[in-house]
Amino acid sequence: MDNHTSPHVDRSADQIDPGRRSALRCMAWAGTGLVWTVAGGVPFAAGLVGGGAQAAPAAGLTFVQISDSHVGFDKPANPDALATLREAVAGIRDLPTKPAFILHTGDISHLSRDEQFDAADQTLKDLGLPVFFVPGEHDVLDDGGGAAYLARYGKGPNGKALGAGWYSFDHGGVHFVALVNVVNLRGGGLGTLGEDQLAWLAGDLKSQVDSTPVVVFAHIPLWTIYPEWGWGTDDGARALSLLRRFGSVTVLNGHIHQILQKIEGNVAFHTARSTAFPQPAPGSAPSPGPVKLPAEKLRGALGVTTVTYRPKASPLAIVDATLG
Amino acid sequence: MKRFLVAMLLAALATVAKAETVEIRIDNFTFSPAEVHVAPGTTVVWVNADDIPHAVAANDKSFKSKVLDTEERYSRTVAGPGVIEYFCSLHPHMTGRIVVDGGTGGPAGR
Repeated sequence: MDNHTSPHVDRSADQIDPGRRSALRCMAWAGTGLVWTVAGGVPFAAGLVGGGAQAAPAAGLTFVQISDSHVGFDKPANPDALATLREAVAGIRDLPTKPAFILHTGDISHLSRDEQFDAADQTLKDLGLPVFFVPGEHDVLDDGGGAAYLARYGKGPNGKALGAGWYSFDHGGVHFVALVNVVNLRGGGLGTLGEDQLAWLAGDLKSQVDSTPVVVFAHIPLWTIYPEWGWGTDDGARALSLLRRFGSVTVLNGHIHQILQKIEGNVAFHTARSTAFPQPAPGSAPSPGPVKLPAEKLRGALGVTTVTYRPKASPLAIVDATLG
Repeated sequence: MKRFLVAMLLAALATVAKAETVEIRIDNFTFSPAEVHVAPGTTVVWVNADDIPHAVAANDKSFKSKVLDTEERYSRTVAGPGVIEYFCSLHPHMTGRIVVDGGTGGPAGR
């Protein structure tokens, strides 16, 4: 159950599903981005990107999660996904605490085309910050089934990415693990990590002591949110079991284009908004897919996430903020 | 457009050979109809009517379409007899099946 009471996270939000223990929905958060603060090992929302009410502390490790840019998407739900990515980048640039780096949790492009990756890269480059990527299913649509993504992003930090692009790195006392769950998908199944990646993960975590805060990021949620729409990872529970011994684990995902959060034991799960278009709440529509909002409401449904880690304090601060 | 023309050409050639074409629409993250019964030699055409891309892949990996953006189509002539199970390689919870027998092209009456 919820062992971590953070004053910065609204735990009074509705449950997703009364049958699902500890599954909280935080749909009401306003703002363009989610600013994460890791404090005492647990991430929590600290304030809004460009949205006022900034509660992020100045100290600690702060990074930003950005997701589902879908550069190239031009349907009615958002005729210019590159423009809203630019707005998200502008919001990050205006943050009171400069983030150390950016995590992009996938669907950088809409159709894995070079020009889409190029446009996203050019836009993100404006931040002058390191960006760590994982692919979404929209980033592995080339004939090589992800070869284009790997050619561009596959080296990871320090040239160490493996397999379909998974890797880990350490920053500010936190161990970061990038997982790929969008390749070699099976008919009728959900996201998949696969044996090779799980074996690598087990080995990677072996060198970490239990007290090391771990942040895991991947595109499709590692926890089962709504299998009817494919919102989960078939072997996600196996990854989570490898993480169980750690005192603080934060799982950051994208894919569903909305904020959902839950805390189970020492694991905090969080999904980020898209910078391109919203999707319906689980089960609230006949299918997932872009939701067309009135133009003036679109930016209120898009956003990025900022995370700050404070080693001496308690929880991570997570802040979601919309684009407008 | 080019892909569309190629698909149309292939469909036309198939029509000359076997005359039968069955269309499966992809709408609301669903193959519709999800199950069809067709005769050997039938050309199955998938049309993506969603505003999100999809792709068609056989469970046994015998074929896989390129990604289909909105209104793009993919066609394949099935030999059979037999059962072809397929799914969307982007959204694998989307599944469908083609039963190649003497069928009428319509949904299977099971």
